[in-house]
Amino acid sequence: MSALLEIRDLTVGYGWRFPPAVTAVRNVSLTVNAGEIVGVAGESGCGKSTLAFAATGLLDAPGRVVSGSICYDGTEMSTLSREELRRLHLESVSMVFQASMNVLNPVMRIGAQFRDAMAAHGVSSKQEARRRAEEAFDLVKVPRRFLDAYPHQLSGGMRQRAVIALALVMRPKLLVLDEPTTALDVVVERAILQSLDELRHELGFGVIFITHDLSLLVEIADRIAIMYAGRIIEEAPARELYDHPKHPYTIALMGAFPPLQGERQRLSGIPGQPPDMKDLPPGCSYAPRCPHFMPGTCDVIDPPEVVIDERRRVLCHLFQPHESTRV
Amino acid sequence: MSSPVAVSEAAGTANAPALLEVRGLTTSYGIGRIGRHQVVKALTDVDLAVARGEVLGLVGESGSGKTTFARTLLYLERPTAGTVLIDGDAMPKHPNTHRLREHRRKVQMIFQDPYSSLDPLRTIESTITQPLRAFDIVPRREERQEVEDLLAQVGLTPAKGFLTRYPHELSGGQRQRVGIARALAARPKLLVADEPTSMLDVSIRLTIMNLLLDLQRSRELSLIFITHDLAAARYVSDRIAIMYAGRLVEIGPSAEVLGKPRHPYTMLLREAAPDPTQRGLARIHAEERGEPPDLTALPPGCPFAPRCTFARDECLVELPEWRPAGEGHNVRCVLVDKATP
Repeated sequence: MSALLEIRDLTVGYGWRFPPAVTAVRNVSLTVNAGEIVGVAGESGCGKSTLAFAATGLLDAPGRVVSGSICYDGTEMSTLSREELRRLHLESVSMVFQASMNVLNPVMRIGAQFRDAMAAHGVSSKQEARRRAEEAFDLVKVPRRFLDAYPHQLSGGMRQRAVIALALVMRPKLLVLDEPTTALDVVVERAILQSLDELRHELGFGVIFITHDLSLLVEIADRIAIMYAGRIIEEAPARELYDHPKHPYTIALMGAFPPLQGERQRLSGIPGQPPDMKDLPPGCSYAPRCPHFMPGTCDVIDPPEVVIDERRRVLCHLFQPHESTRV
Repeated sequence: MSSPVAVSEAAGTANAPALLEVRGLTTSYGIGRIGRHQVVKALTDVDLAVARGEVLGLVGESGSGKTTFARTLLYLERPTAGTVLIDGDAMPKHPNTHRLREHRRKVQMIFQDPYSSLDPLRTIESTITQPLRAFDIVPRREERQEVEDLLAQVGLTPAKGFLTRYPHELSGGQRQRVGIARALAARPKLLVADEPTSMLDVSIRLTIMNLLLDLQRSRELSLIFITHDLAAARYVSDRIAIMYAGRLVEIGPSAEVLGKPRHPYTMLLREAAPDPTQRGLARIHAEERGEPPDLTALPPGCPFAPRCTFARDECLVELPEWRPAGEGHNVRCVLVDKATP
């Protein structure tokens, strides 16, 4: 497997001054391979959407990349011109947002909107555009006749599928999904996830799947990165993360989802509040809420990135770098 | 906790009398212009009983009638047919102001959206004082103390610091706590919480659910917890009722309904719910993926029949009566044998 997207030491901030008033993403590194679903989870405000915007080159002022690199298929994103970036979108990298069933133009037939999108990417023949749109609808299992419908004639779930179809119409290699199913019912959500899982095997695209729903992510993702206060505090294969979470925050976040089976017992959730991103505490940002807080260490020194093995890393003082040899 | 009350005509007599009894509740909305008038049957013939101190989880997809049910319970919508009894008192067909006030003192609601359900121009104190005054709960000179007590009970401490604040100064979780305090101010017997956590961040959801449970226990309240989240319903509820296209299709003890679901729709919901204990991505049957029916043109039989893998001819004709599937566990499905419980 080759790295499709490689984010290295990325820092993203919002604000006109230097350094920016708010640093939303701090020193994040993340790799996505072809055909792989990488999940990003965290509370609201942890920087997961900012990461998605930066990774797709869609970040708008006052947001900007402060440092680090985003490498797509060997090309450094920051070196691309506006035109190159425009072409990259949809053709190579597509994004689907949370309420994106509402991005469709309500007074245009869906097929026409597909045609417009493809015309902007060099598909000028009407027949060719129609053929591709129909193929895309087949992929997400929406009947083709809905290409002639207006968005309001489709249910929320179908509209969301139509938007995913639009994202796939140029067969991109990377799909960035930001809470793509949050507004939908579980049955519809499950059906969309099933399609997504089949498609990435069939078409071989890589996926960044951003959500707050960790229990969902454990099912769909191959690898999961947990974000807290702008940093990835743990990254691991989905199964391993679920079976043996390491970072205290990951453990707390998992405990925030009541289980569907087993003993019914009282859960405590995550005490405290996420930190103010404008005024982060020194040391580990999670320290004020952490049950394993070690005074003099956690509130003073930035936690080191501990590589446990080549697929697992954790950002926490509880784990010493030399532990990597033991595990 | 008192024993779960089965949904039947006997609900009020068999065990301790139910606090809430709903019989044949039906709510329809008219939509469309003259000539193209259509009737949306949001709620059809719902029977339900909730015991004192019981938590009932009401689960369904969006558009299944959960919110209409809550609103009808409070007479925010006028039912087309059926009755709602609280403590044995039924609402008359055309309730007057006095009767409505009496009813709403006993039944209070917590709304889904903590951002739009608080008046932005009122201080927190003013918001909570409103029900105190409307229902004559305490004399005026004790109002402030009562508000402070309520705020403390919902975990907004120091209470004094919140009195003069406005909703925009509070986080989502704090606002929802104010919403809970406002509902408690009337000293209700039944709380109806309509998706109280779905707009909140994951980390806050549990604390709000725990708060509701603590208050429900300490005040011996009955609670109807409306949600689309099976796991959340299981966490808070003694019993769970499943709603589909405006009808209840299954009801029973939480462990039974989620552990051994008997209605195909409940099974579908259970399969579709995110469950990290699953190895790999759980799959649902393709036939069952369809969409809920159009409420303006409901099929004559079981509303789920068009999506159901097990549907028989009889399902398309008539929705079966409630059938027992276990202790306090009832299902409206032909798959459950009439004779064997």
